[in-house]
Parts: sequence; structure tokens; C-alpha cells
Amino acid sequence: MRSPWYVVVPAVMVGAATLLPLVYLLVRALELDVPTFVELALRSRNLRLLGNTAALTGLVLAGGTLIAVPLAWLVTRTDLRGRRAITWLSVTPLAVPGYVMAYALLGLGGYQGVAMRLFDVLLPRPSGLWGAAAALTLYTFPYIFLNVRSALLGLDTSLEESARCLGQRPAQVMWRVVLPQLRPALLAGWLVVSLYVLGDFGAVALMRFETFSLAIYTQYTSAFDRSNAALLSLMLLVITTALVALELRLLGKRRYARVGRGVRRTAQPERLGHWRWAAYLFVFLALGAAVGLPVLTLVGWIALVPPDTGQLGEVVQTFLGTAMLAVPAAVLTACLAIPVAIAGLRSRWVGGKLLERLVYLGYAVPPVALALALVMFAVRFTPLVYQTFPLLVFAYVVSYLALAIGPVRSGLLQVNPRVEETARSLGRGRFVAFVQTVLPTINRNILAGGALVLMAVMKELPMTYLLAPSGYRNLAVRVFGLTNEAMMASAAPFALAIVVFSSLFVGLLLVYEGRRTA
Amino acid sequence: MRQFKLAVAFLVVTTLCTAIAQDLTLYVGRGESLAGPIIERFEEQTGIDVVVRYGSTAELAVLLTEEGDASPADGFWAQDAGALGALADADVLAPVADDLFASIAEKQRVPGNMWVPVSARNRTLIFSTERVDESELPASVFDLTDERYRGRVAWAPTNASFQSFVTAMRVTHGEDAAEQWLRDMQDNGATAYPNNNSQLDAVASGEVDFGLVNNYYLLRRLAEEPGFPVAQTFFGNGDIGNLANVTGIGVVKTSDAQDQMHQFIGFLVSDEAQSYFTNENHEYPITTTVEPHPSLVSNEEASSAAPDVDLGAIDDLEGTLRLLREVGLL
Repeated sequence: MRSPWYVVVPAVMVGAATLLPLVYLLVRALELDVPTFVELALRSRNLRLLGNTAALTGLVLAGGTLIAVPLAWLVTRTDLRGRRAITWLSVTPLAVPGYVMAYALLGLGGYQGVAMRLFDVLLPRPSGLWGAAAALTLYTFPYIFLNVRSALLGLDTSLEESARCLGQRPAQVMWRVVLPQLRPALLAGWLVVSLYVLGDFGAVALMRFETFSLAIYTQYTSAFDRSNAALLSLMLLVITTALVALELRLLGKRRYARVGRGVRRTAQPERLGHWRWAAYLFVFLALGAAVGLPVLTLVGWIALVPPDTGQLGEVVQTFLGTAMLAVPAAVLTACLAIPVAIAGLRSRWVGGKLLERLVYLGYAVPPVALALALVMFAVRFTPLVYQTFPLLVFAYVVSYLALAIGPVRSGLLQVNPRVEETARSLGRGRFVAFVQTVLPTINRNILAGGALVLMAVMKELPMTYLLAPSGYRNLAVRVFGLTNEAMMASAAPFALAIVVFSSLFVGLLLVYEGRRTA
Repeated sequence: MRQFKLAVAFLVVTTLCTAIAQDLTLYVGRGESLAGPIIERFEEQTGIDVVVRYGSTAELAVLLTEEGDASPADGFWAQDAGALGALADADVLAPVADDLFASIAEKQRVPGNMWVPVSARNRTLIFSTERVDESELPASVFDLTDERYRGRVAWAPTNASFQSFVTAMRVTHGEDAAEQWLRDMQDNGATAYPNNNSQLDAVASGEVDFGLVNNYYLLRRLAEEPGFPVAQTFFGNGDIGNLANVTGIGVVKTSDAQDQMHQFIGFLVSDEAQSYFTNENHEYPITTTVEPHPSLVSNEEASSAAPDVDLGAIDDLEGTLRLLREVGLL
């Protein structure tokens, strides 16, 4: 069916909006003359940045996998007690964004750290590659955990049983049968985590580890000439795009679906026996670091230096200010997700598929690069929106539209087109038929999509930092700024507000996950 | 749909409100903890609403040049003289009325009255009282490239006061010497921190033993926490590492709030604000009518320590940023 104008127009606008900053980055980078361009692109410093960025991504993926896979296996395949609680706790680190995790790690040690004040112990403060890797691993491993856990729950164990019958030992079964089947889940988790690491600005800045994102920011803030920052942004963009493409390729080659008929068997829980103590120790160490540590630091600071009423008022005000921007951004994004999802799903229009890809590209664009492009563009061509809320909201929408499309898309897939067709045969116009039949069935999905965007915007740091109108600061910017100034105690209540609010997100996720797997 | 309309209405209204209600938009390149309280006092006393954009001094200077005539800023309060000089050269600032300089010493005035100095400070060396012996203290900032300081020194390459000091080194010792010093310091394992406060913490936490900072950060910290295990010292008299510098404020040429800016600058050089700078922040007052806080070294000692550098001559911020980029620090 041909798409009506009210689908095509907003959809095309969204696509253009996503492309605009990227094209503009290219334009700015191309303003350089060729020798300078080549010289800048091949600077030895860029190689160092590339090495740093790759090392960090690799460490975070390795660390995250080493924590997440055993945890997922323990909660799905063994008789370990407290599996539900462990599952729950393994997801909670998502409530502690990278920069808050970095804050927590930094606030624990050092001369003014919690450990020093409480126990008079001078713990070393993490920094550099290992500090950044620790903060980002502890925050992002739940993404891998969730993917692997669902995969393990969904695996057909008859394959494993066959392998055992053929004489393979349990370790061999794990290595040859289970792990290969976890590949799509691992790849999906790794992609999300890599994109986060590549885009992260707060944690690497606080840990003083120079990756592409941080270097872009440094160039942006300390060079009268913007082209180097634009060039670095483009390079990072190429890396993220390549990653997404690589994941698609790796995933595309193999088949994982069950082909046979018959009843899928569920796994017999593995009896751990005495090994359970080792399992508990592992769980304790992993979750202690990811959940216990940040909670300890935050509560420690608040107990040591209780915020006065003035500060509390400021926290509440900042929270409201953050929400007042996050709510309209979420509503707008959810509304825009509808035409884009329809265009991608229901129309035969080629542009529709392309558009969906573009939206995912928007999600993959490193936030610092996106913000930079928008600042440069707005100063030059649209001074009216420069340093205004609409521009910031625009950035949020481009960045997070993909989050809202997921649920809306799956909702649309479940709608039986017959109902809409019936409405049309009864004389309703196309639009009215859609509003009266489809919209009511997918409104929960729209809501879910909006909620995901809301949560993301509530803790957003780099775009807000660069694009916000003068005087406006959200919770994340406050935490980051105060931590950077080494004012750990003042940062604590803001950080806690983020953690408490983000816990709602985790709750939502758990409800959703629970429904899917129960 | 109704929610959506409400949201749109909300966005429009907030945008309009922020556009209308701001009486004064200031770009501030100083730490919020240092500048925020005095700006609040000004708001309380005058009823003028001041909207502040905090950032690093270089960042805001770059932004102002890029914004050009479209700049929403009315004024720029910078952490050092270099950035203001650069902006004056770039024709971003408007000259300031003569009367604002009445209580400021002649030698602190800049040619053309393009900006007003607000408070004064020195560069200095902080060191750990636990791990550094007095005999180890270097006579010159150039000595820090010695083997015995390997891996023990902190600096803040993105910080405006540091950048100003590098400009001064370029002016007094030449480009080559400055570049060599930066490279030697890197080879000697100097560790980068984001600002002065974080260097204090780094020394106290045992990560480094020395740091290159402005003189008032430690004094503030000691006032709160007398046992803080860090002390500070000048290098030898006249060494470039002791550079005397000022914070200053300029009026953006395109501002349509010139009167309010005049009022604000008048407040900053008033006795009330100057006492705040010296008694709360432990900076030197810029006016002759307010006494420096007793924790500060005497004016005589400070001026004999300071190198002879004309603040008007260290305005090549762009050149310094380029140099820092060339040696890989930015």
C-alpha cells in the first residue's frame, strides 16, 4: 500500500534531521585543505586515541562477559538458592550510569574519600584505562547478562543432551554446544555495550582516560578551528557504523532457529554441590562491586556530609528541571516513532527500510559528535534556536528515537490488519481507521517506548552539557561538574537522585523481562 | 494527543520565558564555587536576573569568537588575562567606561580599557608535606624536568591559568624553550588533571607530590581543613612559574545590556565584592581600598617573586593552544 502523506512527511523529516548533523560534520571537515586534512587525519595522536578507545572497548567487553555469562548461567541452569534475587541484583547496576559509577569509585578512595573518613584508610583512586574500564564494565555488564539470560532460557536443551549422549563432558558441552548458541545474544549485548563505551564521555573524563569522545570534547573546547573536532567526530562515526555493520554480518551467516518439530525441552538444573560456595563468592564479588560499592559511597557521603535544606532544594529543583525537559522529549519521540515504524514496516516504499536504518544510525552516533555538529550548525545557520531547549530536545529525539521505535514496532507487528481493513470497508478514512483501531491496541507500546526515552534523557550528560541553554543544568551535568571540581560531598545527593530515578527504569525492565519469561 | 499539546505549549512558554526574563547573560570561565556566591549577591541586591554559562575559560573564549555577532552573551568573566586579551584582539569586546577603573592601581589597567581586572593571583607550586623535603624544592619551574621529579608532578593543560603561564613562558623565554619545557615535562611523566582543585586532591591522595596551581586554592582548603597535608611555595624570585595574573571581565560588543553590565562590573570592583574575593576565596583584591586576607603572603613578597611580565603581552591564547596541541597535551 502507498503510504499517506502524514506518514511520509514526518518520516522523511526525521530522516533528514538525523542526516543533517552528520552531513554537516563532513562539510566542516572538508573545509580543510587536502594536506592539512591528511596531516590531521594521520596524526600519531589519533593512533593513540584509536588504541586507547579499542583497549577500553575490549576490556569492557571482556570484563562484562566474564561477569555476565557465569551469572546468567548460575541463575538459569543451576540449583543455586536465591536465583531470583541474584537476577534482580544483576540488573540493578543499570541504575548507576557510567559517570555515577566513576564518581562512586573515585569517591571511595583518596584523601577525602569515604574510606579515609570512615576508617582512616587511604585507598588508591582508580584512573586511566583501568579506572574507566572498571566504571564502564560495572555499569554495562547487565546488558550482556540480560541477553545471555534470555538466550539460555530459550535454548533447546535436547542439543546439549545429545552431546552428552555422544560422550562429551560437561565442560565440552558448554564450550562446543552452549556457547556457540549464545553467539547472537552475546553479539547483541556486545554491540550495545560497545556503542555505549564509544559514546561515553563522563566516565572517561572523570577517569582522565583519553578516548575519541573525550578528545573531541577537548578539541571542541580548546581550538579556535573546529575542523579537527569535526574530523575526529567523523572518524569515531566511521568506527560506530562499522561496528553495527559488522554485527549484522556476523549474525547473518549462521542459523540458530530450531528446525525440527516436537516439544522443546527445558534444562535440568545443574547440581552445584560444594561448588555453590565458589558460586556464592563469585556472585558476592561481582555484585558487591557493581551494586554494593556505589551504594556504599553514595550513602557514605550523604551520611558523612548531610546535605542542608538549601542543597536539598537545589536537588529537587534540578530534578524537576531535568524532568521538565525529559517529559516533552519523550512524548515527542514516542509520537514520531509511530510514522517511522509504520513507514518501515507497512509500506512497500523503499525509503521506509532505509529510514529505519537511519534512525538506528542516529542512536549509534556518539553524543559528543552529535552535539558538536548541532552547535556548529546552529551558530552559523539557525541562531534563533542556538542555546535553546528546542535544539536540545531535537538532539534527544535524534539520539533516542530508536529506543522508542522498538516497542512501537513490535506492537504494530501484533496488530491484525483485518480490523483496520474492516473499519475502512465500513467507510472510515485511512487516518480515522488507524486512530480508531490500531492506535488503541498499541498505546501501551507507545507508552513503553516513551518511558525508555524518558529514562535515557533523565540521565543524559554530554549533549546536555554542550547544547543546553545558559543556566540550565540537569542532574547529570551537576554530578559531572562537581566531581570534576573534586567536590565529592556536594555531588552525592544529585548522584543519588539519578540512581533512585533510574531504579524505576530497572523496575520497568524487570517487569517486562518477567512477563516475557515467566 | 492532549499531553503532546501541553508539552509543546510548555516548550514554547519556557523558551519565551528564558528569552524574556534574562536581564544579563554571563559566560563565566571561573569555577562555580568561586564565582557563584558573589553573582547571587548581586542578583539579590539589584533584582537583576543573571543567567550564567559556566565553562573553561578557553572553551568560552573560543565559543564567543565562533558566535560572533550572534552571541547571546553580554559579558565574559575569565580566569586569566590571556583569554580576555585574545578576545579584545578579535574585536569581540567593547571598551569599558573609565569610572570603573577608579580604585584599581595604574599598573593593573590594560590598554584601551577593553576589560576590567577583578581579582589577582599568583602561580605557585604545591607539594606534599608528607613526601617532600624542603631541600627538594626546585628553584625554577624549569627544574621540574629533572630526573628527581620524574612522575611526581601534576599539571592542568586544559586550565586557563596554566595556559596563560605557558603564553608568558613563550613571551619571556621564547617559543623553542617553552616547547622544549612542555616536551621534557611530558617525558618526565607529568600527570594531567582537569583543574587546580583536582591537583590538590591528587597531592593529598599520594598520586603525585607536586602540582602547578594558583595560589588561593590551597589557602581555601586549609581554612576549612587545617590538617590538609599540602603546602605551597614560590619558585625563586622572578621565575616564570610565579606568574602574577588576574581574573577579569569584559563586555561583549553586541550586548544590548551595556548598562546592566556596567552595574555588574561596578559591583565586582566594589569593596563588598573585593572583600569576598580575598576573605572567602583567598585571592588578592584588585582595588587598593581592601586589605588582602592575612593568609596571603604580603604584597611585597608576592611582587618580588613575580616575573616581570606585562599582562597585555600574553594575549596569544590561540598560539598557546596550538602549541599545546602540537606537543600532544590537548
